[in-house]
Amino acid sequence: MSITDSKQKWNETVVAKNIAKAPERMAEFRTTSDTEMERCFTPEFNYPGYDEQLGFPGQYPYTRGVQPTMYRGRFWTMRQYAGFGTAKESNERYKYLLSAGQTGLSVAFDLPTQMGYDSDAAMSMGEVGKVGVAIDSLADMEMLFDGIPLGQVSTSMTINSTAAILLCMYIAVAEKQGVSADKISGTIQNDILKEYMARGTYIYPPKESMRIITDIFAYCKDFVPKWNTISISGYHIREAGSSAVQEVAFTLADGIAYVDAAIKAGLNVDEFAPRLAFFFNAHNNLLEEVAKFRAARRIWARIMKERFGAKDPKSQMLRFHTQTAGCTLTAQQPDNNIMRVTIQALAAVLGGTQSLHTNSRDEALALPTEDSVRIALRTQQVIAYESGVADSIDPLAGSFLVESMTDQIEKAAMAYIEKIDKLGGAVEAISQGFQQKEIQDSAYAYQKGIESNDLVIVGVNKFTIKDEAAPELLKIKEEVESAQKISLTAMKAKRDEAAVKAALAQLETAARGTDNLMPHILNAVKTYATLGEIANVFRGIFGIHRETVVL
Amino acid sequence: MAERKLRILVGKPGLDGHDRGAKIIARAFRDEGFEVIYTGLHQTPEQIVAAAIQEDVDCIGLSILSGAHNTLLPRVCQLLQEKSAADIKVFGGGVIPEDDIPGLKAAGICEIFTPGTSTEAIAAWVRENVPPRV
Repeated sequence: MSITDSKQKWNETVVAKNIAKAPERMAEFRTTSDTEMERCFTPEFNYPGYDEQLGFPGQYPYTRGVQPTMYRGRFWTMRQYAGFGTAKESNERYKYLLSAGQTGLSVAFDLPTQMGYDSDAAMSMGEVGKVGVAIDSLADMEMLFDGIPLGQVSTSMTINSTAAILLCMYIAVAEKQGVSADKISGTIQNDILKEYMARGTYIYPPKESMRIITDIFAYCKDFVPKWNTISISGYHIREAGSSAVQEVAFTLADGIAYVDAAIKAGLNVDEFAPRLAFFFNAHNNLLEEVAKFRAARRIWARIMKERFGAKDPKSQMLRFHTQTAGCTLTAQQPDNNIMRVTIQALAAVLGGTQSLHTNSRDEALALPTEDSVRIALRTQQVIAYESGVADSIDPLAGSFLVESMTDQIEKAAMAYIEKIDKLGGAVEAISQGFQQKEIQDSAYAYQKGIESNDLVIVGVNKFTIKDEAAPELLKIKEEVESAQKISLTAMKAKRDEAAVKAALAQLETAARGTDNLMPHILNAVKTYATLGEIANVFRGIFGIHRETVVL
Repeated sequence: MAERKLRILVGKPGLDGHDRGAKIIARAFRDEGFEVIYTGLHQTPEQIVAAAIQEDVDCIGLSILSGAHNTLLPRVCQLLQEKSAADIKVFGGGVIPEDDIPGLKAAGICEIFTPGTSTEAIAAWVRENVPPRV
């Protein structure tokens, strides 16, 4: 069948069915010169391997996008993430965001919460409420979501080593609101492998962490079916200094490890794979980034179909959130970051992302101010509503450069994945420090490139100015820490200590055995056992992970 | 007698896991001919100071991006003082607002390097300002 015939068939069947359910934004999309923007442009000549390599949006191998109408139906989700200080302060911010029309929340937790420490732990000193909100127990979680209908909003939580505990707290708050677990929706990041490789907020050794993760998969499949149980993240791998190819390769290799672990834990691939989501970085090299996203979709579709025998198309679709590259932002001439973020956001949109966070111009200096956050959001809105790039699907397809680069990234990433397979899989390769070493070599070469002026960073090693005016920055008050400690002490004075002890003992028994940990964590959370107490039970049994330092 | 190499401890205080900068600096220092000890992640000020004394270093470079710098960096200086090791010079780097730098210097931090500083510039500063301890 010719491409034109296939396209007609696709339009009449797949697209027609989709539009019947969800119409496109406009009946017709036209340029300023009144030229029609087709839904999906295709070659009018014989393009060898078109079906195998490209296909149509919403069809295997999904190179051109996971949905048949993409942004013509609905723009990507503009999901800016926020959270700071105490639960009460963050609650007020979320209510403001919801009243302004936002339908999803995205929660940033502080480092103690991410690392399983209560606010009064010695390790928490100076960190409480700094990079996100501090959560010590269910009491804080109740405050965080006070007056927010959890049956109606979807919540994304950037949390990894303590994801099981936070998800249980979320389930418990929902129950108190009268919303059962099967009605709540959202995402936990829950990607521990990239923590060992790149981001550093791990607690337990890999094997035990993988058990917690597969327990979450298994529990959610039965009781929290609308929850995205993991967001497999290349973002931090790139921030740690990897190349685009390494980002794709190491992320998908992690994905393979999670699928393997879940299958070994007795799950059927099509039972959990549709709930896997991904998270990528959008860096400066616009065309390479577009090719990267397209290649990632194609590789994952093939892995799921050919390697794991997944039958459900949803298991084969790589859906992803994107964040612009924080590591490319400069402290010098911070307004230049607005242009960097624009190019990166454009790459994400041309690459077909499902949701996007645009960084703020002042993030190389401090947490963003309100003004900077607004400019970052406006950047997405200008791309969506003014640029026209969202009016036709996968607009760069067929570009000699983009198709060739997509093929090359696929090939180079597959070579890495094969290498990781030979080393025994992602978990084993990480414990040998393989990915870490590869990432660090790239990071070092990049830095040397900047210092030798082979790589130009505008405003840093070229076009510099003297005596810049200092921008206004956001400060987190030091009082957050003492306030948090006081409310933790007050909460502990009120709770039933015997119930806490019993729940923690039961959790310990479960952790020593093979029971799914989730019901036991949920039980402990409901007695107001703290995050630190629960994490300590696991520390006692699982031990803690020490990194393999390779320089 | 061959000149003794300068010994530097590169540390990551607190819970911050962003170690790209720390690792780049550690490697650049090594290429500069310094002896480098890297602590790895999640170190308390106590652990960093104990390691610095045990390893007999000439200076400590601390990398921090979590916003906890005003608490953790002065604490390292204070502990060095208490252990009679205040001659070990301390410098820092990371996402640290300009406004906070005077306070950190008053607390005993010799220098703060903000994002965009080259590894060469930091190494040059070390050569000029850190005399080997006797």
